[in-house]
Amino acid sequence: MVGLVIVSHSGKVAEGIRELAMQMAKPDQLIIAAGGMEDGSIGTDAVRIMDAINQAMSPEGVAVLVDLGSAVLSTETALEMMDEDLRARVKIADAPVLEGAISGAVQASLGSSLEEVLAAAAGARDLHKG
Amino acid sequence: MVAAIEAIADVIFENKQFLTDLDQAIGDGDHGINMARGFEAVRTKLSTAPPAADIGAMLKTVGMTLISTVGGAAGPLYGTAFMRAAAAGQGKNSLDGETALQMLAAAITGIKERGKATRGEKTMLDALEPAYDAFAQGLSENKSLLDCLELARDAAGAGVEYTKTIIATKGRASYLGERSLGHQDPGATSSHLMLAALLAYGRSQHQGV
Repeated sequence: MVGLVIVSHSGKVAEGIRELAMQMAKPDQLIIAAGGMEDGSIGTDAVRIMDAINQAMSPEGVAVLVDLGSAVLSTETALEMMDEDLRARVKIADAPVLEGAISGAVQASLGSSLEEVLAAAAGARDLHKG
Repeated sequence: MVAAIEAIADVIFENKQFLTDLDQAIGDGDHGINMARGFEAVRTKLSTAPPAADIGAMLKTVGMTLISTVGGAAGPLYGTAFMRAAAAGQGKNSLDGETALQMLAAAITGIKERGKATRGEKTMLDALEPAYDAFAQGLSENKSLLDCLELARDAAGAGVEYTKTIIATKGRASYLGERSLGHQDPGATSSHLMLAALLAYGRSQHQGV
């Protein structure tokens, strides 16, 4: 099952998104929150993100959902620090972080491939609200 | 070399409020706070686990610490810069001009790849690329390491002034568009400050060189 990592500048946001996504996922779905800094302040931390990706790792890979700006830069930095064979199985979803996490979690729980999970997450940007 | 990094940390602490004020004008207002937090962690790390004399090993520690403690985009950007510079300085116990130039080039390449940015977008590259050019020019004229560094610092300073005249197209400041005109870029400013700190430290160690 594809693992999910939620990266946000805020630890609360990442944890909240993880909770929401878990409601829709199978109980054994791996979703790891990597939000904020170790000391609880706002920001992103490439080492924390790398640890989260390793925790979420499965043979099918890991999809990383990110919020803004440095969340992307820090995730890319985390990937650069990982071994190449693991790195090849990790992709950043081009998706809204909350809706993408929920769509991605549902898709991952079905046992889909990483590409299918990424596509489901990206498709969440078409969930219109009005 | 640890003392050179401490000199950088000092100048970041001294300018914490200044960098934050600059960032409040056109960004999310945390650059000084973030950089100070990062270099505080660097200082603690270097004092509790002093690395070997190898410049590469020390710079790698600096880079790794910055990426996990700065928090904003400057973390992965400067962190990557220091780690790339570390690779270029691996196994060296002292710096010569050619090695310093290679480290600067590697750092800039890292920042460009990580930030997907180029010169002229109101970023730290607008200080660092002119600094590299000036350093390379000085080196080709057989100037000393410190004289090259002085040229680099001055070019970075001119680069900071140049950022006042251009519109931000990268990062949080890009949301402001034309309203970013007239403001100097905080990242370019911190890059300039670091080069200035390195030069001041070098001069203090080699009076009259």
